[in-house]
Amino acid sequence: MPLVKDGQIVSDPYLRVLDDAPAPDDTAAIVPAARLLADAGELTRRAGPIGVLWPNDQTISELEPYLDKVALVALVFPNFRDGRAYSQARILRERYQFRGELRATGQVLRDQFLFLVRAGFDSFEVVKPADAQAFKDAIHRYSVFYQPAADGQLSAFRRRAIAHRTGAASPSVERVR
Amino acid sequence: MYHYDDFDRTLVTERVSEFRDQVARRLSGALTEEEFKPLRLMNGVYLQLHAYMLRIAIPYGTLSSEQMRTLAHVARRYDRNYGHFTTRQNIQFNWIKLEELPDAMTDLARGGLHGMQTSGNCVRNITTDQWAGVAPDEIEDPRIWAEILRQHSTMHPEFSFLPRKFKIALTAATHDRAAIRVHDIGLRLHRNGAGETGFEVIVGGGLGRTPFVGKTIKPFLPKRDLLSYVEAVLRVYNQYGRRDNIYKARIKILVHELGAEKFGAEVDAEWQKIKDGALALDPAFAADVAARFVYPDYEKLADGPAELTQARKNDTEFERWFKNSVSSHKVDGYAIVTLSLKPEGAPPGDATAEQMDAIADLADRHSFGEIRVGHEQNLVLPHVAQRDLYALWQSLYKIGVATPNVGLVSDIIACPGLDYCSLANTRSIPVAQELTRRFGDLALAQNLGRLHINISGCINACGHHHVGHIGLLGVEKNGEEYYQITLGGKADEDARLGALLGPAVKYDDVADVVEDVVATYVELRERPDELFVDTVKRIGIEPFKERIYAAR
Repeated sequence: MPLVKDGQIVSDPYLRVLDDAPAPDDTAAIVPAARLLADAGELTRRAGPIGVLWPNDQTISELEPYLDKVALVALVFPNFRDGRAYSQARILRERYQFRGELRATGQVLRDQFLFLVRAGFDSFEVVKPADAQAFKDAIHRYSVFYQPAADGQLSAFRRRAIAHRTGAASPSVERVR
Repeated sequence: MYHYDDFDRTLVTERVSEFRDQVARRLSGALTEEEFKPLRLMNGVYLQLHAYMLRIAIPYGTLSSEQMRTLAHVARRYDRNYGHFTTRQNIQFNWIKLEELPDAMTDLARGGLHGMQTSGNCVRNITTDQWAGVAPDEIEDPRIWAEILRQHSTMHPEFSFLPRKFKIALTAATHDRAAIRVHDIGLRLHRNGAGETGFEVIVGGGLGRTPFVGKTIKPFLPKRDLLSYVEAVLRVYNQYGRRDNIYKARIKILVHELGAEKFGAEVDAEWQKIKDGALALDPAFAADVAARFVYPDYEKLADGPAELTQARKNDTEFERWFKNSVSSHKVDGYAIVTLSLKPEGAPPGDATAEQMDAIADLADRHSFGEIRVGHEQNLVLPHVAQRDLYALWQSLYKIGVATPNVGLVSDIIACPGLDYCSLANTRSIPVAQELTRRFGDLALAQNLGRLHINISGCINACGHHHVGHIGLLGVEKNGEEYYQITLGGKADEDARLGALLGPAVKYDDVADVVEDVVATYVELRERPDELFVDTVKRIGIEPFKERIYAAR
């Protein structure tokens, strides 16, 4: 399963450590939420960075006290239609100002990429290799966004206001990325 | 009319190009039907019994004559020469080929039309009063707020994969013509004690398998907070709405299970965290949207011109239509004209390409190029000079949209039913057609007064049967079509759900039973002007039950 990070297909430095298996001291490791909550002290004393796999039915505010200790939060899309993790992502980025890696996992397909980027994700475990190849095209399909979100894109409302202030006759549309 | 700017046009064009790519991937096999399904749904494309169906949004029910011609073109070029206006201010084309869909959408996009968010588990087309901007009883034009919500919810990065579909309706008038109490969110623009305008927020209304009238969770929300508050409602719903059972996934179930008070408190807690953020509405944004609604340059005219008075006196057929289909306008000398898409014996809400073109021409001549679509599946010419009414009526009569049955017993709301829909248990259209024949006598219909019949071919309730004065719900029993009958439902400001009359009746008997129900009403009404729904309210369902089932 290819990993796309910052727009590139990269190899994944993180090891998935599930259940009670030991987390190697100097390797980047992703642990389940329950394990992080139970062993946060021990896990974060390791040399390697720690990431957490957070379920989409667990309140994201429970993770807030640990956010300065984790380098990565992986959120879950069990299928295309289950959008709970979009809310979790925006809350992490916009409310808690989480600046680490925010990874989309599960049933991640091409047609979600733009929604995911806008919700604040910056890495993606992509199911189909062809989708990973098409990442850049997929996120550049649109140049207009009506609402403010976690990606910091200017909304159409705001761009219209700027156009009016600068005296442009009618708001023109340019690619912003 | 709202005029698209470059932003709006660019977004629609980009959406069509994305969909073209998705269709190509489906046709090449790169996408399975299961993977394609949510993508086509986001663009209003359903797979029905016989073909793909394309649903086009008509935001807040406002169409220009040019857009109507675009719809006529699509009906002619890609469908079988007609379209079907729905109960949610949309139009559906029932016979589109998958490989032609991107071209149809390209043609629609040139007219500023699209199918975005007319299906799927997202915020659907925002609906409002079909008389918005012209109704004498409104405090301001609700379409400005519908447009702000339309923009905000279009391709929303957080709320495009909700537990279930999400419908928002607005009204700004005393009389609710948008059925806001049976929507996921209903917004009533009103004036508070201090004279400021804001919204009453109602949540958790809806029909379907488990019908509820919505509950007020915010009696007065300032306008600046509209988007942040709606966002808070959606965020709570997105995280806590049920996803384990499709029939329990609508927000109404969450509101019901938590209780409106607790749900409102959850929303409030979320809202407090975001209300002063990026969504706090800058009055300049609202002003900018309002500025792109262009109002007609009305002439200074007086009410009741001589031409009209004369025609009403001389032509009884015109007089009948005038009394039925013409309503007061907020500008003197003008009128609101409803075009009935319910002629005797026809499927409710259908219009042919020729009718659409003719209506577009009449809108140009008599209504400043503007047309409205209402949730009762009729069309409206919103700005007709009263002196032109007689000429307009003659033209409407010629194209078959002047049946004077608006709001009467034969103005039936019906879903497509088993003739088209893969979810349906029973047919709806033939029942509606038969009833329009039974009640074809216009004098009789007029004598009965306002009487809404609503027909749904399955529990999903697309025909809004729960809020019909007479509601028919199609159910299947041992492979046969039966209909449950409810009486006394209403969708207006006094919304309530109809009560069940008794055991379901067979397809062959349903028209007879409806006739009996109506006859019972005529016998039991206190005065000729006591409406059906008021008689039911006064005497309850029992007298009807006795009469109907005693005879069977």
